[in-house]
Amino acid sequence: MKSIKFILLFTTLTLFVSCDKKNKDETAKIEYQCPMKCEGEKVYSEKGTCPVCEMDLRLISKASKKVLSTEISEESIFNLTSSWNTEEGKTITLKELKGKTLVMVMVYTTCKAACPRLTGDMRNIEQKIPAEYKEDVQFVFISIDPENDTPEKLKQFAVDNYVDGEQWTFLQGTESNVREFANVLAVKYKQISPLDFSHSNIISVFNPGGELVHQQEGLGVDNKETIAKIIETVNQ
Amino acid sequence: MKIILRLAIFLIFLNSINLNCQSKIVKIKGGEYIPLYGRDSLMVTIDDFWIDVYPVTNKEYVDYVKKNPNWQRSKAIKLFVDESYLRDWQNDTLLNANQKLNSPITNISWFAAKSYCENQGKRLPTVDEWEYVAMANKTMPDARSLKNYNQFILSWYEKPKTFNQTIGSTFKNYWQVYDLHGLVWEWTSDFNSVLITGESRKDVGKDSNLFCGSAAINATDLMNYAAFMRYAIRGSLKAKYTMKNLGFRCVKDN
Repeated sequence: MKSIKFILLFTTLTLFVSCDKKNKDETAKIEYQCPMKCEGEKVYSEKGTCPVCEMDLRLISKASKKVLSTEISEESIFNLTSSWNTEEGKTITLKELKGKTLVMVMVYTTCKAACPRLTGDMRNIEQKIPAEYKEDVQFVFISIDPENDTPEKLKQFAVDNYVDGEQWTFLQGTESNVREFANVLAVKYKQISPLDFSHSNIISVFNPGGELVHQQEGLGVDNKETIAKIIETVNQ
Repeated sequence: MKIILRLAIFLIFLNSINLNCQSKIVKIKGGEYIPLYGRDSLMVTIDDFWIDVYPVTNKEYVDYVKKNPNWQRSKAIKLFVDESYLRDWQNDTLLNANQKLNSPITNISWFAAKSYCENQGKRLPTVDEWEYVAMANKTMPDARSLKNYNQFILSWYEKPKTFNQTIGSTFKNYWQVYDLHGLVWEWTSDFNSVLITGESRKDVGKDSNLFCGSAAINATDLMNYAAFMRYAIRGSLKAKYTMKNLGFRCVKDN
């Protein structure tokens, strides 16, 4: 009797299963504070002047400055709901990268040909970003070989290639997520043998809202334009 | 007690109807073959899988967007579709008077096709899987060396507006699958693994600068012009593109 009830419940449930996902919008928190801290840690939610020293209040959280709009535009990569493992063993969605200018490249760690050079290109770009902008830019490597490139291997790759720091992120997805993401970047790749891939050499720049603003194609190319674009999106 | 039992049976029955309304699929026995563009070892191994007998139809897609409004023409986001997505429809859920219910759905993006298949518990076929099934003619699993097999495909390329025909109007192949040639081009899950392009990027032919390891890719059979056309089209596509003669069908693993 009990089991029949259970079956009944189960079959009823399966009838109504739906795959709809709802997007939650996080509201951004914007806080202003007196640069002199005349009133200690007191914060204001609107622009204005300090009642004590009359200096203009300053935005205190840089991240929140970039999240003024809670809406994600139609062209934003933050519309992708896939989840990814980072080299630090965390699981994130792309949306969690929102608020910074993103410089992204797709590589795999067993690559002997182009990837070390692509990594070098990324390092060169990072070095040329002026210090005051560094906090607003995140450099992201996405592995096209999610089967082999575990978070541990990605971490090792980061250490070996001197790209292991706060501003560098490595992502391991699933085969399907990676294929989808490559399609967003218009990156092409194909597995040639178990540890070898052919792939497009493209470095992509996204503004803090996740919209593609620039792509640098090829290896060892002049990165002036890319750097200019990065600085431009940070300043927006 | 009896009532509950009856109810349970009824519900199980309902469920099976639910499952049955998915489109017809057939099993494809895996094997090895040499595709036009393969890997380093040339031979590609295909595991067993199930494939839709027909491409997804207008009617099936109308039903889908009714249940999944975020894929309706006015709501689908720009990241996933270009401006010609479902362009010929009258509105979000209504076909044009000239469009037949059982014609293949076209003007569809890769993202839309992928989402449709996943919604059905299926996926898009890989390039290698699609080509494996499509190299059959009516009687042989691999008819690529036959002159009339290639002629049929090439003559289709010259025919205009075949996307207006209905599903099942071309031949049934060795695997009991219809319309792989003669109706519409079809999306594949890894179409972006084709590293030849005819587009205006800097890669004329195979640019070893843009594509790492591109020397490993060579046509095994350049005479196979019919297949070369398919790869060229795949190479020129982006995932949000939609075309009037590009549809899709789904596959599943078991």
